[in-house]
Amino acid sequence: MKTASPFLELEAAPARVRVWFDGEPLHLPPGANLAAALLAAGVAVFRHTPVSGAPRGPFCLMGACFDCLVEIDGVVRQACMLEVEEGLRIARPHEAEAGRAPV
Amino acid sequence: MHPCDLIVVGAGPAGLAAAATAAEAGLQVVLLDEQPRPGGQIYRDVDRVAALRGGILGKDYAEGQALTAAIRRDGIAHLQGAVVWAIEEGIRVSYTRAGQAAQVTAPRLILATGALERPMPLPGWTLPGVMTAGAGQILLKQSGVLARRAVLVGTGPLLYLIAAQMVRAGTPPLALVETQTRADLMRANRHLGGALRGWPYLAKGLAMLAELVRARVPRHTGASDIAIDGEGRAEAVNFRSGGKARAIACDTVFLHHGVVPNTQAARSIGVPHRWDAAQHCFNPVVDAWGGTAVAGVFLAGDGAGIGGAHVADLGGRIAALKVAEELGRLSADERDRRAAPLARQRRQQFAVRPFLDAAYPPYAGALAPADATLVCRCEEVTAGDIRGYAKLGCIGPNQAKAFGRAGMGPCQGRYCGLTVTALLAEANGRTPDDTGYFRIRPPLKPVTLGELAAMEDGVSDAAE
Amino acid sequence: MASDYAVIGGGVVGLSVAYGLLRRGLRVAVLDGGDGSYRASRGNFGLVWVQSKGMNQPVYARWSQRSAAQWADHAAELAELTGRHLGLRQDGGYDLHFSDETLDQQVANYEILKAKLDGDYPYEVLGANALKREEPQIGPKVAGAILHHQDGHANPLRLLTALADAVRRLGGQVLTGKTVTGVTRDGDYQVVCSDGTTVGAGKVVLSAGLGAIELGAKLGFRAPVRPQRGQVLITEKLPKMINRPSLVARQVDEGGIQIGATNEEVGFDDRVTQPGLSGLAAQAVTAYPALAKAQLVRSWGALRVLTPDGLPIYQESRDMPGAFLVTCHSGITLSAAHARVLPDWLEKTAAAPDLEVFSEDRFAVS
Repeated sequence: MKTASPFLELEAAPARVRVWFDGEPLHLPPGANLAAALLAAGVAVFRHTPVSGAPRGPFCLMGACFDCLVEIDGVVRQACMLEVEEGLRIARPHEAEAGRAPV
Repeated sequence: MHPCDLIVVGAGPAGLAAAATAAEAGLQVVLLDEQPRPGGQIYRDVDRVAALRGGILGKDYAEGQALTAAIRRDGIAHLQGAVVWAIEEGIRVSYTRAGQAAQVTAPRLILATGALERPMPLPGWTLPGVMTAGAGQILLKQSGVLARRAVLVGTGPLLYLIAAQMVRAGTPPLALVETQTRADLMRANRHLGGALRGWPYLAKGLAMLAELVRARVPRHTGASDIAIDGEGRAEAVNFRSGGKARAIACDTVFLHHGVVPNTQAARSIGVPHRWDAAQHCFNPVVDAWGGTAVAGVFLAGDGAGIGGAHVADLGGRIAALKVAEELGRLSADERDRRAAPLARQRRQQFAVRPFLDAAYPPYAGALAPADATLVCRCEEVTAGDIRGYAKLGCIGPNQAKAFGRAGMGPCQGRYCGLTVTALLAEANGRTPDDTGYFRIRPPLKPVTLGELAAMEDGVSDAAE
Repeated sequence: MASDYAVIGGGVVGLSVAYGLLRRGLRVAVLDGGDGSYRASRGNFGLVWVQSKGMNQPVYARWSQRSAAQWADHAAELAELTGRHLGLRQDGGYDLHFSDETLDQQVANYEILKAKLDGDYPYEVLGANALKREEPQIGPKVAGAILHHQDGHANPLRLLTALADAVRRLGGQVLTGKTVTGVTRDGDYQVVCSDGTTVGAGKVVLSAGLGAIELGAKLGFRAPVRPQRGQVLITEKLPKMINRPSLVARQVDEGGIQIGATNEEVGFDDRVTQPGLSGLAAQAVTAYPALAKAQLVRSWGALRVLTPDGLPIYQESRDMPGAFLVTCHSGITLSAAHARVLPDWLEKTAAAPDLEVFSEDRFAVS
């Protein structure tokens, strides 16, 4: 998941903080746009749709498409509208509760 | 409670210019914007980024700093990270900020909600790795994140801009797959006279094309039968061009075939919209000031009709002058004296549009997608489903939404609305105007039930 | 004569009646409105509901029970005909109470009705603990619930779609985008539309919801119906968290939690309001605290079609025999009865139900 990101970062981030995505630690630049930072870290699939289970990732990055939804503290939110903060625990929406697949 | 004369929604060029102009005239302004920092999409994060990557992004981008500087003044409360989810009579605007719902009221409202990428439904467009070209630009602008192996698909000047920026950043796109044809360009030449009045714009376009030629970025024009292929993520773009089937392996695809007004907020309060055949989209009905049929509500910027950043800036100023006059801060003469040169510049800026509309028409294969193509990304409804609902008597998108859920997901139809209208119009042999559009209702953006419920105990005021 | 029946109104009520007539081999034309018409069929809560209905009129309680009892067959038949599954669940529903006082009062009311129904009113009272076992997500402020075993819910939009499909499959003629302006009689009835369309039929059913306010008089009806706004909320799709439906919230078959509904006398204003949204959200969060973190993705205001006493009207016109008014605000619950029983009443067969108490004569000013 984290290896061989299809994206590169133009500048080396001066600092990194630890967050978790789907239980895995990632080191991302604090204050960075969360969706962009996850993409740069090699995360491609942000969620699975509740309709067919199809994988989805960021599409518009401007808060309009809702394809970059992730779950943080039990609330499903748009990753592209959030910033990286130390210690964030990020999950794919409604997949953290083991065995509780979307209806 | 803080007095507020004017609420401006959106801190892109139109909203920034409107807020600054209104405050200069002595109005108390609340500027609501979803983003953490001003600039909108075109000048996204410009205050932080211009120094970092100004060379790659170009001079036009850095110009946005003049607009963001102008709102740092008395009379403007800029509420960053404020997501507007309801607008009601009064004019009462409900929004969420930092996990709390709040409201602000004012006698006037300027909506400067900008543009959305025109939906480009084609096979595979929902795969991870497929994004809008605007998203590609946002990644580069705000985050300095660049796709290593990207193909740009579609048509229009934005495609050349992002390609040129990628070249400057040292990672050119693998190829441009362009849908416009030579015939489109021939047709567009009829409008060249008008376009020449917008000469600086054309000159920039030619300079960008020259950059792509120098970098030897392959360009395939007249592309058709475009499909994105991949197992769980984008792996290749397949298309036909020059009479041949082609495939380009890649990791990332950036789609673009024009932008359209983001009409959600305006529609939610009943601003009438009309189909624009030249631009293949609905435009709100506005007067020369941006005024609408809804009392006290003005529109400015791309949300009032696509014109680009300079037109948006001018439209924001013009609307603010009108509001200032209506609220007694400017005489009608003063308003007209100041608005006249702005309106003149706006006409000049618009002169290039007919040429661009004709030269870079939307990709036909995405305006009327094949039956199996998903059109509603949220609810996973296909073009064939929509055509089927037409056969069941759906003459408009609201009945089709009830029948098949297109437009019911969290994006509220932003990325399927125009396609659903077009498919129903075609299937029923009716015009887009007669077919109509989704009824847009609150919440304009999702809001948690907890945030809503907390408002029962008293609504906090924005400016407190 | 082109058709045996012209049905004015293509919502759930009109389509259910049309479907019922078609499945008996009658020829039917349906005249439906435009995309933006007021449509209770697109805005309702989707309950197939018995409890609390007909508290003062046991015949209505029985009529609702009769329809609920036929719903499974109705849904199965539509699914077989159209391939569209209606998501019907009939394993009971709750009337949630936030205080023991209101719960006790409602139980007393139900006992009176139960006696009038010869004991056919299968409900049980769940205290807070018993309810918590059935609904683990229920909140501490819920005092208890009445669980009525004849209650259930379905996907109302899929019912609408399936009926629209079924009517066409059975040869019904459906004209959409029509505004009916009048009905004339010259032997047969002629239904006249604003665009010049006329539809001839032996009989006419007026099931146009709020459209009956204007059209009723032209057919000799009082049609005393009025709009009442109901705002409804729906959340993002969530993992299963609510088992049985209630008037407060239900989890639809697609996963969203539907939350209802306001009762507002605001005329023909079908907008949603922030106070409406907040009030409903607060009640839902009190009932199911975990919902506080759920995202509201959609809301709507729909106009109920209400009579002065809230009961349906089934009335044949005295001035124009063969013209019928059919209107109610429980079109989902009554869909099965309208498809399977009402045609006997329209056709005056030996099996016709006695619907005399639903005559609009009950509203006559004496």
